[in-house]
Amino acid sequence: MDSRTDVLVIGGGSTGCGIVRDLAMRGLDATLVEKGNLTHGTTGRMHGLLHSGGRYAVSDQSSATECIEENRVLRRIATHCVEMTGGLFVQRPEDDDEYFRRKLEGCRECGIPAEVLSAAEAREVEPHLAGDIQRAIRVPDGAVDPFRLCVANAADAIDHGARVETHAEVTDVLVEEGEVVGVEVEHDAGEDADAFVHGRESEREEIYADHVINATGAWAGQIGDMAGVDVAVRPSKGVMTIMNVRQVDTVINRCRPKGDADIVVPHETTCILGTTDEEVDDPEDYPEEGWEVDLMIDQLSELVPMLTEARTIRSFWGVRPLYEPPEVGSQDPTDITRDFFLLDHADRDDLPGMTSIVGGKLTTYRLMAEKISDHVCERLGVDAECRTAEEPLPGSDDFSVLRDWMDEFGLRSPIGRRSAERLGSRIDEVLGGWDGPNPAVCECEAVTRAEVHDAIEGAGSELNAVRLRTRASMGNCQGAFCCHRLANELVPTYDEVVARDALDDLYQERWKGERHALWGQQLSQAMLKHLLHATTMNRDADPAATEESVDFGAFDAGPDASTGPAESGSGGAPDDAVADGGTPGRPDAGHGSSDADS
Amino acid sequence: MPIRDDVLVVGGGLAGTMAALSAAESGAQVRLVSHKKSTLRQASGLVDVLGAVDGDAPVSDPFAAVDRLPDEHPYHVVGSEGIREGLRRFDDVVGDRYRGSHTDRNALVVTHGGTVKPTARYPVSVVPGLASAAEDTLLVGFRGLTDFDAVAAADHLAAAGVPFDVDGATIDFPIGFRDDARTTRLAKALDTDEDGVRRGLADAVAAELDGHDRVGFPAMVGDDHGPEVRAALEDHLGAAVFEIPTGPPSLLGMQLEDLLLDALERAGVRLSTGNPAVGYEAEAGEVTAVLVDRRGQEVPYHADQVVLATGGLVGKGIDSDRESITEPLFDCHVPHPEDRYEWSATEAFGDHAFARFGVVPDDDLRPTGPDGDPHFPNLRAAGGVVGGADVAREKSAAGVSIATGTYAGRRAGEEVAP
Repeated sequence: MDSRTDVLVIGGGSTGCGIVRDLAMRGLDATLVEKGNLTHGTTGRMHGLLHSGGRYAVSDQSSATECIEENRVLRRIATHCVEMTGGLFVQRPEDDDEYFRRKLEGCRECGIPAEVLSAAEAREVEPHLAGDIQRAIRVPDGAVDPFRLCVANAADAIDHGARVETHAEVTDVLVEEGEVVGVEVEHDAGEDADAFVHGRESEREEIYADHVINATGAWAGQIGDMAGVDVAVRPSKGVMTIMNVRQVDTVINRCRPKGDADIVVPHETTCILGTTDEEVDDPEDYPEEGWEVDLMIDQLSELVPMLTEARTIRSFWGVRPLYEPPEVGSQDPTDITRDFFLLDHADRDDLPGMTSIVGGKLTTYRLMAEKISDHVCERLGVDAECRTAEEPLPGSDDFSVLRDWMDEFGLRSPIGRRSAERLGSRIDEVLGGWDGPNPAVCECEAVTRAEVHDAIEGAGSELNAVRLRTRASMGNCQGAFCCHRLANELVPTYDEVVARDALDDLYQERWKGERHALWGQQLSQAMLKHLLHATTMNRDADPAATEESVDFGAFDAGPDASTGPAESGSGGAPDDAVADGGTPGRPDAGHGSSDADS
Repeated sequence: MPIRDDVLVVGGGLAGTMAALSAAESGAQVRLVSHKKSTLRQASGLVDVLGAVDGDAPVSDPFAAVDRLPDEHPYHVVGSEGIREGLRRFDDVVGDRYRGSHTDRNALVVTHGGTVKPTARYPVSVVPGLASAAEDTLLVGFRGLTDFDAVAAADHLAAAGVPFDVDGATIDFPIGFRDDARTTRLAKALDTDEDGVRRGLADAVAAELDGHDRVGFPAMVGDDHGPEVRAALEDHLGAAVFEIPTGPPSLLGMQLEDLLLDALERAGVRLSTGNPAVGYEAEAGEVTAVLVDRRGQEVPYHADQVVLATGGLVGKGIDSDRESITEPLFDCHVPHPEDRYEWSATEAFGDHAFARFGVVPDDDLRPTGPDGDPHFPNLRAAGGVVGGADVAREKSAAGVSIATGTYAGRRAGEEVAP
């Protein structure tokens, strides 16, 4: 089986999704392949900061300038993915005055609106800031939801005729006569749009393209290897620790030169503490360690003391796709530029047909996509304008007033408000088009059935993808109360066994991050979850999941069963045993208590 | 006048209640102090004794399987006779509201997740649905209820190999409550037969019945008037009606809580609820009082014998921070690995050390220090606060609470007996 496309984009992170949208809007036939879900790699594992550029205003002014420009673009085109929280660079007594001054000056040089607040003024904005802070600089930092952003880009690309394939891993880059001509992919669950279904046979496909774009970030070296070129990405890991509530509503940065554990980002119902910066060899296999979590809490509580006692619900790690030209040779990953690089392998390696894009950060994803799309269009001799900075993403078009969702869709207002925040202008389509009761499936994040089904339509039976689209199971209970409800929603569209597999996947994925938060209240929560799922539902010892069949006849069939259960648990085939021991009794409750003590 | 009793039980869950009842039996004056609502409302209302050991097939005879439990399991302290003693007392407490006492065997009960699980005692409304009875079954769910999907559960049960045909039907509850109305609201409507809802529900189910012998609903078939509601539905349908235990809010769990409260009242146990126990007083190595925080004031509750039944991690009888696991009231020793990453396993349903965290009992259920000696001669522990059992995977939570509660209460009562 093979197919053709103008441009093939590898990688379903923010960059790849941005590229495929850009190309499709320019009228090219574009295909995106991603080995996991959209955002599977680095994009889904970031702290959700929409940079004002303030963080780079001293060390890397060109990045800072790009950040503030793109920050403004995203506020316009991705309204429903962005929350403009504002940000503070907070100076503690031990932090350098000179650096504070340079930060302020740097912001102004880069066109980043910056204003100095006294300690009292800063605490007025954020009452939980430490009592001994000196002052702060206010900048237009924000929070961005990377999942929603990628899904919106991909959806718009599809609307413009692109093909987007998730769960489609590139297994080879096809090189013919010294030129990249396409890739071979393995579709995990068959070649069926982007809907993943558990248990389907995988299929191979060769996709031929006029140009291949390697937008795999920290994985770019692996794709490079398949093509026989060296792309020396330097993956660097960072931890992010999620708190149970928003201790702050503003992005809080420590105002000092680069360092670990210096930012708190309010994100949806939570806060995310970050981060560390440590080079790793393999972007998929690196240690995730408790000291990193401890470092977040201990250091950031210098800015927000209540974090010491606050509850964390999980931690996760991401790998930055850092890149620098090999001749720079930085020793410390924190010294590596956050800028992005476009590596045309024709110029660089004498291998036409493929370009890699490495480095960069989510805030500038659209600009990166524009630059590489310009480049590819030039290579292919296509003359088309980039429109991604002007055209709003689906969900962000015409979204100006928050209506009374309670009346309109029969939702309690907090749920309606949260739905509206997530869906943006799609709310009419998603909730308005829903027929039947629309209860909240995930109560922590107020995700209703209509929204879950909208996500299932796009994501197939993959509940982790449903989670990313809706935030269901991402709140305090970490899916204790809703994982199985989400699985229930898959039936009858999918078979029960598919729903069960999907539930197991989601439950395990949640557990992976929860393990980094297991003390205090969250350990109590984990035990409750364990009891609900193992004791009440018996999911850990489910006879449906094992090869061995249960001898039902060996168990009590009720006090009024006409014959007692078989005396030996080993008696006969299950059917016989039941016939033997299982003639059922009619219920006796409801007919008085005559046999109360029998 | 100081507050003084013979036996003071701290904790109002299943273990604390059984301890108080057992101590009261000996003629002692017993007081039970509890802080928050017990965790029973989050539990299914089933009384598991032992349903799984080492992930093997479900255990049909829990008494025969006790020997296979690890050495530090609290069942080894009370022995099979201790388990039986606890169950006898429990059977007395719940009377005709529960079944299962006619046999040592576990029953397999349908769970709201759609499989079966072994349990030793079950509410009477669960009886007609037992999975070893080979009767064709219709499961009924409601469109607004997300916690139980009848079609998924029916297919799941079939995959579990149940010896009967099973189908699922999803219907609208006859009264249009708000979309996320809970089982408690539906039960209340059935209790009062609001707008003739019993008949309306029976008609809706009858349209789907198609010759099935029995009909299972998630536990919502009435609350205070459950038996009457069930009888009415059975009458209309001509089929047996049963309930499937659910997670929170669990009507069956709350009903059990009510039964236990009634029993405490009947037994003359003094109840002090709503305030947390925060400390203790000791003299000559014995506990003399437990301090209860009443609006900021620490009030001593004096007693000769004390039973600690404050629960496990969920009930906050066991507490933790990033470095350690503690028993916060008496600071009893709770063994645990130093590295918190060894507190849990990487697999979600793995062998989690945290599930077994708790105090270490001696052969008289007294919590011991690192040296193996009891912290206090007159302090015993019962239920979730006792370590050594992974009650979730073993399906033994209620059994451990009942057996250790009964044992600790009886021993406390014996110690103060004249």
